[in-house]
Amino acid sequence: MSIVGVIQIAVTLLLVFATAAPLGGYVFRVMEGERTLLSAIGRPVERAFYRLAGVEEGREQSWVAYAMSMLAFGVAGFLSLYVLQRLQNVLPLNPQGFDGVAPDLAFNTSLSFITNTNWQNYSGETTMSHLTQMLGLTVHNFLSAATGLATAFALIRAFSRAESKTLGNFWVDMTRATLYLLLPMAAPVSLALVALGVPQTLQGALDASTLEGAKQIISIGPVASQEAIKQLGTNGGGFFNANSAHPFENPSAWSNILEIWALLVIPFATVFAFGRAVLDQRQGRAIAIAMSIVLAAGVFAAYWAEAAGNPLLTEIGVDPAPGNMEGKEMRFGVAMTALFAAATTGTSTGAVNAMHDSFTPIGGLVPLFNMLLGCISPGGVGAGLYGSLILVVIAVFVAGLMVGRTPEYLGKKIEAREMKLAMLAILVYPLTVLGFSAASLMLKTGLDSLGNAGPHGLSEIIYAFASTTANNGSAFAGLNGNTQWFNATLGVAMFLGRFAYVVPVLALAGSFAGKKKISASSGTFPTHGLLFVGLLLGVIVVLYLLQYFPALALGPVVEHFLMQAGKTF
Amino acid sequence: MSKQHPAAGLMDWPILKGAARDAFIKLDPRRLAKNPVIFVTEVVSVVVTGFFIRDALGHTGAAGFTGQIAAWLWFTVLFANFAEAVAEGRGKAQADALRRTRTETLAKRLIDPLGKSDMKHVIQGVSAIDLKIGDVVLVEAGDIIPCDGDIVEGVASVNESAITGESAPVIRESGGDRSAVTGGTTVLSDWIKVRVTAEPGSTFIDRMIALVEGAQRQKTPNELALSILLSGLTIIFLIVCVTLWPLAAYSGATLSVSVLIALLVCLIPTTIGGLLSAIGIAGMDRLIRFNVIATSGRAVEAAGDVDTLLLDKTGTITFGNRMADEFIPVGDVVERELAEAVSLASLGDETPEGRSIVALAQMRYDIRAPALQAAGGVVGSANAAMTVVPFSAQTRISGLDIDGRALRKGAVDAVIARIGGAGAKIPYDFRGAVERISRSGGTPLAVAENDRLLGVVYLKDIVKPGIKERFAALRAMGIKTVMVTGDNPITAAAIAGEAGVDDFIAQATPEDKLAYIRKEQQGGRLIAMCGDGSNDAPALAQADVGVAMQTGTQAAREAGNMVDLDSDPTKLIEIVAIGKQLLMTRGALTTFSIANDVAKYFAIIPALFVAAYPELDAMNVMRLASSQSAILSAVIFNALIIVALIPLALRGVRYRPVGAAALLQRNLFIYGVGGLMAPFVGIKLIDLAVRALHLA
Repeated sequence: MSIVGVIQIAVTLLLVFATAAPLGGYVFRVMEGERTLLSAIGRPVERAFYRLAGVEEGREQSWVAYAMSMLAFGVAGFLSLYVLQRLQNVLPLNPQGFDGVAPDLAFNTSLSFITNTNWQNYSGETTMSHLTQMLGLTVHNFLSAATGLATAFALIRAFSRAESKTLGNFWVDMTRATLYLLLPMAAPVSLALVALGVPQTLQGALDASTLEGAKQIISIGPVASQEAIKQLGTNGGGFFNANSAHPFENPSAWSNILEIWALLVIPFATVFAFGRAVLDQRQGRAIAIAMSIVLAAGVFAAYWAEAAGNPLLTEIGVDPAPGNMEGKEMRFGVAMTALFAAATTGTSTGAVNAMHDSFTPIGGLVPLFNMLLGCISPGGVGAGLYGSLILVVIAVFVAGLMVGRTPEYLGKKIEAREMKLAMLAILVYPLTVLGFSAASLMLKTGLDSLGNAGPHGLSEIIYAFASTTANNGSAFAGLNGNTQWFNATLGVAMFLGRFAYVVPVLALAGSFAGKKKISASSGTFPTHGLLFVGLLLGVIVVLYLLQYFPALALGPVVEHFLMQAGKTF
Repeated sequence: MSKQHPAAGLMDWPILKGAARDAFIKLDPRRLAKNPVIFVTEVVSVVVTGFFIRDALGHTGAAGFTGQIAAWLWFTVLFANFAEAVAEGRGKAQADALRRTRTETLAKRLIDPLGKSDMKHVIQGVSAIDLKIGDVVLVEAGDIIPCDGDIVEGVASVNESAITGESAPVIRESGGDRSAVTGGTTVLSDWIKVRVTAEPGSTFIDRMIALVEGAQRQKTPNELALSILLSGLTIIFLIVCVTLWPLAAYSGATLSVSVLIALLVCLIPTTIGGLLSAIGIAGMDRLIRFNVIATSGRAVEAAGDVDTLLLDKTGTITFGNRMADEFIPVGDVVERELAEAVSLASLGDETPEGRSIVALAQMRYDIRAPALQAAGGVVGSANAAMTVVPFSAQTRISGLDIDGRALRKGAVDAVIARIGGAGAKIPYDFRGAVERISRSGGTPLAVAENDRLLGVVYLKDIVKPGIKERFAALRAMGIKTVMVTGDNPITAAAIAGEAGVDDFIAQATPEDKLAYIRKEQQGGRLIAMCGDGSNDAPALAQADVGVAMQTGTQAAREAGNMVDLDSDPTKLIEIVAIGKQLLMTRGALTTFSIANDVAKYFAIIPALFVAAYPELDAMNVMRLASSQSAILSAVIFNALIIVALIPLALRGVRYRPVGAAALLQRNLFIYGVGGLMAPFVGIKLIDLAVRALHLA
């Protein structure tokens, strides 16, 4: 670890925090329908959309209606994306003449993009036509992020309102999130990326002759526009298979900083918007601090592990000075790779600027654990906040009793119904991640996909299901996911990770919204101080350590000890 | 401070013996099904026992180990049952005492209570069990009152020791706030006619027995929510353990089902799962020891959440009687002269006010009764030199005529009127003194000798000593105190200031109380109050915690959700503390239970996989002797910790009246961090013992 590396990390994070707080105010105003700078241009467009879709702007929905709207929107998105992929060979904008996508892969990819996962069992540049990339994938990069933000606001309103039957209007929330937040932010970020050297064209691949005279096909396309929303919307689905490690997606150290900023800023802003909505900025700040600590701990654990290098490689004569550089880009270095890895898995982005598979065991444990936590540091757009709030509810419930009152959060009592819904959401993860991992390990088809034997192979499978369930989408390269078994199970994991989680969250929102707001006193459990931050972190670590201790022990942890003992598989 | 019945000792032998027996009876899976965590433990205990039998028959050599695991799993279940049984046992002893009062009584039912016919006085002997609501029964001296009811006619002294434990008889009469009688109590003198208000089997005593015994115990809302959390965790750990099998197989380790089950039982929250119902029962039991009966566990929980306490001034905050606090002489009178005069004037005044004047004179100026007696014989005698003038509502004056001196004390305007009205000579500083007393919330009492004003006595509502500190403690807990009084706003404000309450309702009517409760509840606060009169009933019902006084009316007792058998309104403060203690104990043990699991992983996971990956021995931070002893030690710790925590579960976590933040910090440290650390030490010690005894 070096001072320069630490400074790089610190400066990037400071940039995020400095912009996230004011952006949070903006997010709040946008989602609550207040006037903003962009209202003059946006308002007519917004109204036109409502007229077109027959949406009554002022008509709010109950949690059931809100959830049904979201599910219907998801189903429609899934079907249209599936058809688009299957028929891309007969549709326009296919300069490279790609075939229609295979059914199981199209199933997996559709689920992947509507759930904000962007798990890619394919190489974008050799599978998807420009039309599929732009009309299908890029559009869903916006919409899946907007869905996350809408859900988060449904839950935010549950806490900011008292005795309310409604949570807002899904269609209005979607429109506002896209129109006033995601589109206006994606445009300048795209342009900045273009300025930093990212291609943006509708051309097909370039044919080039190398110095040795060999022929090389260089894929280009509308990269910058997809790149911007890929990061801002915490999507992570790259134009190229190599994702942000590819020089056309992420050409320089500067673009790397911009991309890290873009993937962290909206999730943090949402947390600040929450503080504003509940009229107590300290509440948002406490959650943001807890998220930052998880993020920073991950960054530095990964940085430390990667900078320490791999003793096995040192033994065979590799210079240990730059750290473990296997699978990393020289232009980013170990520090900014560690930050990117922790940030992309702390959010539900899943973009990579290095191959996580090549990390040291502890370095690889960081992204894996981040995703097992459900991506909450600071989490996907919207998803990070609602994921964290579920954990807050559980932390407050367990420890809140210790102040001698029935637990309440922001004046809302946490009772049997809320506990039931929170536990339902929590259960999705171990059921999906451990269940599918165990099933894959018992099947020959599962084991055949492994790139490595031994504990690393176990990590690959657990990583894949953690990544899809958490709707992250980053891959521990090495596992061949494009098989019928994995296309299907990973697809189902993505679906459950999103919808089986969000429906209880919305039900929880409905339940909290209907409750009275109990006024706070000095006897009330404090949820804004550092004590609460510590408590929340303790609950998160213990709760998740207990779920994944055996799996992690048999994966990265034992691999770490084996590496130190000089054993390989 | 309220009286408290001695707690049944934690080591009360008969209770422990009964509990040990009940622990086995409670193994019935139909009973255990209500407690998912312990139910799961029982099911897997059966499975491991099956493996033990298989191993024993097959002479595999593993039988010793499997047998020990099975035994400790059963102990885990039994210890949990035992904890519940001990808690119940403490309540049962009280229930038995109550049940003895519920003997077969013969009721004297009036055939025609309305007296429409000539059968007006005819009574019919029926068994108490056959009484119906609305029947009227006659109860005479020596009879046991057959049923709960309201007195419609008559007045009697009643021995209520069966329910209150207080042997002094109380007066019950028709009309007013003393008309309710409780079945099982005994009429000592006179007779009453009682209208039955409760079906036999659902009377006050029946309900008390059921509550004390826990027979009708239903999970309280918070207990239910906690059970859901615990069930959720149980499901999570089931998933973890089931999926561990293929993970282990992939890693080259073969795990036996018994070992996986041992891991499962260590992980699922057996500690809190086993103690949860004991905590709830013990909470009710603590209330009962304070002589308060809650009609539901829900009410006890609500008590912990209370934000605002509505307290009656009289009897709760003040002693209830105004007392002399100061003698203020006027004109050229000296204080001693005034004291002597008013002391004489009060000689025949047996009211607390009068007695307090005599007491103050004695204390301040050593003016003693014997000296007064020497001046002229016995008070109230026919001695011509000395005539007591008793207080009358018309004159509002009382006093004493002695040796031609007419000593009078009374309401200021009445005394002035007596000495000459508007034309009377009033010293210049008299008005000032009167005004000062009124302004500070006291009552001025003018004193005159013949037609000369001597001064003023400052009568004051005396705030109970120590009450201000208690209110300060409540404020630290985040609880607002509101004083309810019939006094005028000036008096109320003065006493409120002196007692340190946060708010007061002056000249309060029952409607005011109800309105205040509604207003507070609208603001999202929970209210507790106590009351006894029928006019309190609506407010008692509206309050989140309504404590009715046992001496109160039937209506009040029905409206409240707790009954205080001692009829002591200050108990509200203890009730809140008991509610908080109940919730804290639950939270503390849940936190402790979950935090424990981390250490158990460090014991078991290396033990399971060290054969496949010898490098994992690095995780064996406790340096446990062998794989088998590690697993066994974790299971033993898991079982023993339940027993070790039974006293805490029954006694409750100590409640300190400090703010929530300080309380959280303290408990989080003790039960969270402590829960993380304790098992590392415990498992290591057990491992040493296991090795020393060659158990594994």
